[in-house]
Amino acid sequence: MTADDTTLDASAPWLEVDALLDDPRTRIVVCCGSGGVGKTTTAAALGVRAAERGRKAVVLTIDPARRLAQSMGISELDNVPRRVKGVDETAGGELHAMMLDMKRTFDEIVEGHADAERARAILENPFYQSLSAGFAGTQEYMAMEKLGQLRAGDAWDLIIVDTPPSRSALDFLDAPKRLGSFLDGKFIRVLMAPAKVGGRAGMKFLNVGMSMMTGTLSKLMGGQLLRDVQTFVAAMDTMFGGFRTRADATYRLLQAPGTAFLVVAAPERDALREAAYFVERLAAEQMPLAGLVLNRVHGSGAAQLSAERALAAAEALTERAAEEDCAENLEPAGIVDHHNGKADPGTAGSLSPAATAEQEPPTSASAAHLAARLLRLHAERMQVLARERRTRDRFTALHPEVPVTEVAALPGDVHDLAGLRAIGDRLALSRAEADR
Amino acid sequence: MSRLHVVSGKGGTGKTTVAAALALALATEGRRTLLVEVEGRQGIAQLFETEALPYEERKIAVGPASEGGGRRAGGEVHALAIDAERALLDYLQMFYKLGGAGRALKKLGAIDFATTIAPGLRDVLLTGKACEAVRRKDKTGRFLYDAVVMDAPPTGRITRFLNVNDEVAGLAKIGPIHHQAQAVMRVLKSPETAVHMVTLLEEMPVQETADGIAELRAAGIPVGGIVINMTRPALLDNGDLEVAARGARTGIAKALSQAGLGGARRGGLAERLIDPLLEQAREHAERVELERTEHAELKAIGLPTYELELLPEGVDLAGLYRLARDLRKQGPI
Ligand SMILES: Nc1ncnc2c1ncn2[C@@H]1O[C@H](COP(=O)(O)OP(=O)(O)OP(=O)(O)O)[C@@H](O)[C@H]1O
Ligand SMILES: Nc1ncnc2c1ncn2[C@@H]1O[C@H](COP(=O)(O)OP(=O)(O)O)[C@@H](O)[C@H]1O
Ligand SMILES: [Mg+2]
Ligand SMILES: [Mg+2]
Repeated sequence: MTADDTTLDASAPWLEVDALLDDPRTRIVVCCGSGGVGKTTTAAALGVRAAERGRKAVVLTIDPARRLAQSMGISELDNVPRRVKGVDETAGGELHAMMLDMKRTFDEIVEGHADAERARAILENPFYQSLSAGFAGTQEYMAMEKLGQLRAGDAWDLIIVDTPPSRSALDFLDAPKRLGSFLDGKFIRVLMAPAKVGGRAGMKFLNVGMSMMTGTLSKLMGGQLLRDVQTFVAAMDTMFGGFRTRADATYRLLQAPGTAFLVVAAPERDALREAAYFVERLAAEQMPLAGLVLNRVHGSGAAQLSAERALAAAEALTERAAEEDCAENLEPAGIVDHHNGKADPGTAGSLSPAATAEQEPPTSASAAHLAARLLRLHAERMQVLARERRTRDRFTALHPEVPVTEVAALPGDVHDLAGLRAIGDRLALSRAEADR
Repeated sequence: MSRLHVVSGKGGTGKTTVAAALALALATEGRRTLLVEVEGRQGIAQLFETEALPYEERKIAVGPASEGGGRRAGGEVHALAIDAERALLDYLQMFYKLGGAGRALKKLGAIDFATTIAPGLRDVLLTGKACEAVRRKDKTGRFLYDAVVMDAPPTGRITRFLNVNDEVAGLAKIGPIHHQAQAVMRVLKSPETAVHMVTLLEEMPVQETADGIAELRAAGIPVGGIVINMTRPALLDNGDLEVAARGARTGIAKALSQAGLGGARRGGLAERLIDPLLEQAREHAERVELERTEHAELKAIGLPTYELELLPEGVDLAGLYRLARDLRKQGPI
């Protein structure tokens, strides 16, 4: 292929996905990136591929599209991994998958850490119910929590984690800390103050300050809410410290050498900007980055034909065909191929079923119209390629050290095992194959 | 006519872009619109190519001139990036004259708690500020803004975001937060409000749009229209493929060759182009089919739809005005 084809600049290292999946030291793969770029799809595709290459893998998905969940048999939310049917297990591997139920995960933590009566008090608390139903950060926190559980269970040799759909990939790292620091923090102690520090002599001064504070809060939030929060906090007392500690433990897990982050991005400005932030952040946190998956990249088998040349040729053809159309219409009846003339030049025209039943070859004029449309389509494709290449090059210039692999945009959505295999094949292409 | 336009949709479908274009489109002569942002991302500033917006309403653009006969200048677009923390502090100041105590609360993590963690409070503050702008009047008793357009949270969170009343008024059963939440709800559930959904002609965004609309309706929040964003013209479809399948290969090769693209014989450039070109055509036709299905699904929802083309070079300021004009041409929204 020519030098200006669509493949990566030789300076960007290539991401070898199969080597990563086959390496027994790889225990956790985290797929992150901004919303809609293909994290869930990539995670599922990696799971299928790893299992079919012999690993005992589990995929923790967060928000799979309905049809994808159905095709993997995980559309019921029961918060435990289920074996995925239809995966080729001849290499000795298997695939399990689950969809995160964040409320259930939260409830399970409570149930696991408090006696039955206390647990019930917490679960019935209105403040807890709002909290666990999802406010900023709960989903991220619970994804981390579930990852910690799966890892501790040690029933799988590879865990692949999808991350919650958030506006920013960084939320996955930040949100759990935010929640943890609230649950373990100063403020919640203030809320507990009347129950806890009240009465202790040395705390008198502090206590006055605090009751003033709770008085204000009570006015602002209404006494009931404050009481709910206080009961919640008191009931959760035994677990304090626990949240921070757990979040910290999972955080350390993410820094361990067996973990590999894959940043997924579409070849678009916003997504790659986000990916660059994330790459920098991982480096700052000393979390191991395996590479960048550039998803939904366009390619062309006719990349040697530039957009400009294709457009010029299309112009010429349309003109010529218009002339021929006139000429044909002057020829004696019987030779004129009316139905093929139906597709207006330059626009998309469908043939009626009756017309398609006839097996006559198209006239040269209609072939010319068709060729012109193929060329216009190609020109558009080449413009997309050029735009994607520019955005990608900007990223590589910023982070030449990050290994990259590219996944072609499939024409339709991905919602079955066959689709996931196709994505997996593309993920694992070597540079040489991708170049072709 | 609604005066509060809430723009939602799946992430990345173009909510910010469409909200900005709508604010411009509504700024016809003599009218003033306010574009508000609630997610703290400075998306509006980026789009209008200005510096970061402070927590303060300011004029950022002039609406596009009206076309046709006596061209008339456009109205004004103002913008505001609502910051929950600032909104809360203002609010505390307003009701409690809390000055210094506000800082103390902040140090303690209480403001953080209220604005990022406490369920719903943040949303009360954000929607509260927007509704305040909707109701605000000038000295002559006229509404200060003819329309307020909100770049809102995505579909997955929109109903909960707008339906703060149930949740917050349920949690905080008395007190100023309770009253505030109820006042906000009165505006949000009135015909003054319209929630518009932005979508692409792809499976997931369309599904989310349908689900989101059902949710909004169930919550009694008025839904406006559907904006189909980033549409692309169909250059060819299955009909063309059938023509190709009926043995047009030689014809196409000849045509390509005549257009100066190399030899049409086996191995010639024109001949080698055919397979990849037809492959691209098949992919395109498949996409066109998919888009038709999604389009029909959207139509079946039974709301007015508006379409905005994909601008191949992305959306710069000129592109934004173009989208605004396109919206205006498609009738009142
Ligand atoms: N009609 C259009 N033509 C071309 N590009 C567009 C169009 N509409 C939006 N875009 C581009 O798509 C990207 C996403 O748009 P935008 O930021 O408005 O989406 P959003 O829904 O607000 O995203 P988020 O969910 O992240 O807030 C931007 O780069 C924007 O420029
Ligand atoms: N390479 C691809 N080609 C075609 N469609 C894709 C590809 N990758 C993802 N998709 C589709 O894009 C949509 C969003 O993907 P998803 O994995 O759910 O993103 P995320 O988890 O990052 O939000 C889905 O409909 C999926 O089928
Ligand atoms: Mg996802
Ligand atoms: Mg936005």
